[in-house]
Amino acid sequence: MADEPLVLGIETSCDETGVGIVRGTTLLADAVASSVDEHARFGGVVPEVASRAHLEAMVPTIDRALKEAGVSARDLDGIAVTAGPGLAGALLVGVSAAKAYAYALGKPLYGVNHLASHICVDQLEHGALPEPTMALLVSGGHSSLLLSTDITSDVRPMGSTIDDAAGEAFDKIARVLDLGFPGGPVIDRYAREGDPDAIAFPRGLTGPRDPVYDFSFSGLKTAVARWIEARRAAGEEVPVRDVAASFQEAVVDVLTRKAVRACRDEGVDHLMIGGGVAANSRLRALAQERCEAAGIRLRVPRPKLCTDNGAMVASLGAEMVARGRAASDWDLSADSSLPVTDPHVPGTAHDHDHVHEVSKENLYS
Amino acid sequence: MLLLALDTATPAVTVALHDGTDVVASSSQVDARRHGELLLPAVDRVLAEAGTRLDAVTGIVVGIGPGPYTGLRVGLMTADTFGLALGVPVHGLCTLDGLAYASDLDVPFVVATDARRKEVYWARYADSRTRVTDPAVDRPAEIADAVAGLPAVGAGALLYPDTFPKAHEPEHVSAAALASLAVRKLAAGEELPPPRPLYLRRPDAQVPKNYKVVTPK
Ligand SMILES: [Zn+2]
Repeated sequence: MADEPLVLGIETSCDETGVGIVRGTTLLADAVASSVDEHARFGGVVPEVASRAHLEAMVPTIDRALKEAGVSARDLDGIAVTAGPGLAGALLVGVSAAKAYAYALGKPLYGVNHLASHICVDQLEHGALPEPTMALLVSGGHSSLLLSTDITSDVRPMGSTIDDAAGEAFDKIARVLDLGFPGGPVIDRYAREGDPDAIAFPRGLTGPRDPVYDFSFSGLKTAVARWIEARRAAGEEVPVRDVAASFQEAVVDVLTRKAVRACRDEGVDHLMIGGGVAANSRLRALAQERCEAAGIRLRVPRPKLCTDNGAMVASLGAEMVARGRAASDWDLSADSSLPVTDPHVPGTAHDHDHVHEVSKENLYS
Repeated sequence: MLLLALDTATPAVTVALHDGTDVVASSSQVDARRHGELLLPAVDRVLAEAGTRLDAVTGIVVGIGPGPYTGLRVGLMTADTFGLALGVPVHGLCTLDGLAYASDLDVPFVVATDARRKEVYWARYADSRTRVTDPAVDRPAEIADAVAGLPAVGAGALLYPDTFPKAHEPEHVSAAALASLAVRKLAAGEELPPPRPLYLRRPDAQVPKNYKVVTPK
């Protein structure tokens, strides 16, 4: 039982209201309500729109997850929630719900890190996470290279973007090409029919003096936009498929090259890729190719587990329970810039005892 | 009956427990930036003070604002989730009505809270139990005529003495008043509003006209 904890996880760091339920490393439910359509006309996530949507979707989504998992809330061993990083107001809705739910049910609460959750979710797909694991997290909000030796206590930042997230670059280029929002899936689709070598777009931060593991996509974004604008100014047709394929190639080339380099340098033979951009078919293919060549085992969860969801939070929460990590206090706050080096937010030792004394009182008899 | 009342629509994080006759325990802290941290410990304290547990609660009432959104949602989300976990009804109540009830006035008056951005959330009352206008959000100068000569309560009134020269306490809502009002309304067979937020403003968001051209002119 102790190593197969039943945990419900809540995720509201961006525009998805996610509630997942896991038993140890087994996925039981993954309910997600997305407000992405409400943001589409704004061309990006509007924090207040996301927060409002979380409040409305939370209770129905918890209900749906419990039904899907076929478990009773009383049997849960803990409630986990994304404490950060993310949009402050959006995070707070989830943290408020998780605290109230844990308190009312008399369960321990685990405020966990969104990025560590993106890594830990792979346990639901491929079993226990190898230690150490290199992780490449890429989405509209993050582009990070992380090394984890223990996902509950030791996650080290190797590198990250110095400007835009990879997903943001996809959104921007999709907008320049008039392809709508979000940009990731649609660029991927067009790119499949295009030539990735048609246009030589720049690879950011790949010079000999550049930081080895950091990323930059801002220059690429500008270069692609300028290329398109030059075509338009000359009255020529823009070869959308070739632009999409060449732009996408520039992004995934840098991402995979640096991830494999980090694995080699650190002597790590497992690479996991997570985050929304991990759904990109070319990223998956190129990572597979390069990992094989380097003797690295690649782990990429199915796309639905790569995008933001509650199951990833539950997965990390279950690991916290299994490894006996300290629960969070009832005054847990949402921390929009929670450092990646904090996989969870443990309560202070003194208050912690007090909290559990109190919460036991609230257990159903 | 044991009613748990919460309100986070003003700078006050306020919790009270009402047994149908009296308020048996309550807590109010004023800290506009820490609603999320303070609310759950306050609930825990109030229950402990009353010597009871959350699963003894038979109903919940929550202030639905209007109020600054981020704080407002803390109370609503907490109430919603308590309701789900406990299987008890969750009622809403306009936060301005709670403030009005606490004023104990039996003459026409105004309630105004701070809506930030130089605006107030406000409504007019015939007496402490009778609201006569829908809650609205406006700049104080724009409603000066509508509230002229009336006494006023709430932080929004105290903040703008030019518009509300007869402003006085209470400054913030108390869950104790909210609970007492809810008990009174429920006893009278009145239906309370659902626990959904009164935002009164649309989210700030601009539909981008076009992408920014990067080619230098
Ligand atoms: Zn994410």
